[in-house]
Amino acid sequence: MNFQDLIFYFFSAILVVSALGVITVRNPVYSALLLVVAFVSCAGLWLLLEAEFLAIALVLVYVGAVMVLFLFVVMMLDINLDQLREGFWKWFPFGALIALILVGEMSMVLMGKYFGLEEMPEPSSQGIDYNNTRELGRLIYTEYAYPFELAAVLLLVAMVAAIALTLRHREDKKSLNPSKQVQVRKQDRIRIVAMPSEKKE
Amino acid sequence: MDYIQQQFVQIFGTEWGSMLFSLMTNLVLIFAIVVPLLLGVAYLTFAERKIIAYMQARVGPNRVTFFGISWLRGWGQPIADAVKAIMKEIVIPTGANKTLFILAPILTFMPALAAWAVIPFSPELVLSDINAGLLYILAMTSMGIYGIIIAGWASNSKYAFLGAMRSAAQVVSYELAMGFALVCVLMMSQSLNLGDIVKGQQGDSFLNWYLIPLFPMFLVYLISGVAETNRAPFDVAEGESEIVAGFHVDYSGMAFTVFFLAEYSNMILVAALTSILFLGGWLPPVDVAPLNLIPGFIWLLLKMMFILFFFLWFRATFPRYRYDQIMRLGWKIFIPITLVWIVLLGLIMQLPESIRDEFPLTIWF
Repeated sequence: MNFQDLIFYFFSAILVVSALGVITVRNPVYSALLLVVAFVSCAGLWLLLEAEFLAIALVLVYVGAVMVLFLFVVMMLDINLDQLREGFWKWFPFGALIALILVGEMSMVLMGKYFGLEEMPEPSSQGIDYNNTRELGRLIYTEYAYPFELAAVLLLVAMVAAIALTLRHREDKKSLNPSKQVQVRKQDRIRIVAMPSEKKE
Repeated sequence: MDYIQQQFVQIFGTEWGSMLFSLMTNLVLIFAIVVPLLLGVAYLTFAERKIIAYMQARVGPNRVTFFGISWLRGWGQPIADAVKAIMKEIVIPTGANKTLFILAPILTFMPALAAWAVIPFSPELVLSDINAGLLYILAMTSMGIYGIIIAGWASNSKYAFLGAMRSAAQVVSYELAMGFALVCVLMMSQSLNLGDIVKGQQGDSFLNWYLIPLFPMFLVYLISGVAETNRAPFDVAEGESEIVAGFHVDYSGMAFTVFFLAEYSNMILVAALTSILFLGGWLPPVDVAPLNLIPGFIWLLLKMMFILFFFLWFRATFPRYRYDQIMRLGWKIFIPITLVWIVLLGLIMQLPESIRDEFPLTIWF
């Protein structure tokens, strides 16, 4: 075992334990935080594979943005665990079936002929000038331009749908128009009246 | 150094010895960055109190001194404050979630320090010269928000929770504008390495700095930086006149001080990044004899102080933004400006050379 193996086992152990924690811990805030830990240790594993762009993008997008909003929502929920657990045994067969299908699919991929040490040789280490980010950018915008654009359109559709669902025009809402506020002139608002001072008797 | 390395190799074997040796040297280098940074934070608080005091026609701290030297009056104040903070009790509220309550300040402070790993102080002086430096900075600064959210939730108090919610929404909104402004910088420099970004601004004078072609992005970045660090006029997360002290209302003693340290080291970080990305980092303003003999580190420091002065100036002059105004500025003004600028920049970069030569664009593109 060398130093890199030690780091690998360290990150993997944290990843497995925190991923288990996500689904077993009772407090939903803890689960969300454990998911953050899982993402960060996964990013550490990717760094070991010299995929620095993917690793940092994982931290940036999932830890920095997605999970923040997740926590935002989870913290405001008042979750009653007893209520959540009520239908556990009723729905257990259904859940187990889905889990079995997932396990079957995963084993079909992982044990198939396209996967495995023989099919996928150990990636050779690249030179010091090798820039993961540049290579990814080149691939995305040349060879995979079409799937990349499709993914972008998919996200756009999701965004438009989310906005359309929440956008309501309310008549009674009070909002200010800042450009109108800035345009206000003194003469629109005040009138200076000259009044003769009263004489004291 | 070689002798120590040989000793390590002898004791732990070839592979482990060299790994442990690099671990040790890195630890020493980390201390060499963090200790001056913390001193800088201490004296930034002093500078803030003094500068704001003079702006408001007061004197500011002028009592604590070293060994009774009269012209150093006031300069002992940050040290005295630190000693006071260490002596105070850390009160943990009964209803609070103890683990997360203690964890939150650490989580705020950690990314504020970790981001310094890739900051180049001069062409050679950088802890880790990685080629995704800018991305790393973005990732680290986006993690700072966790401390604030967790602090607000773990305190189990309405005010703290309100502060955390405000802060979360604000930081996520301004991160977008900040990221787009950085996209402009990396389009110009064509590199994510911070050292290469500074080298891309090298030239005869300050006209080569990205400040000139990217001036609107500089403004967007600086203002988003103020918003990201939750400084006035974007300090709704604390908002002492509305929600007492926001997310750290229940913190006391050293736990509170760690939040404080994180805020100020984030300020210094934003100042360093603005200097590196837009103001040419370690480069002198004009490349002539007396100026380019001064070490690059000094220039970087001067530029950082210039930006930090803006932070203090903002705090002394602007009233706090209302929450809807903050959201409007972030989403409806900054993001459209940055998007237009990215498209414009791309168009200019793709111009045929014959047209580009007609305009004085050649020093940047």
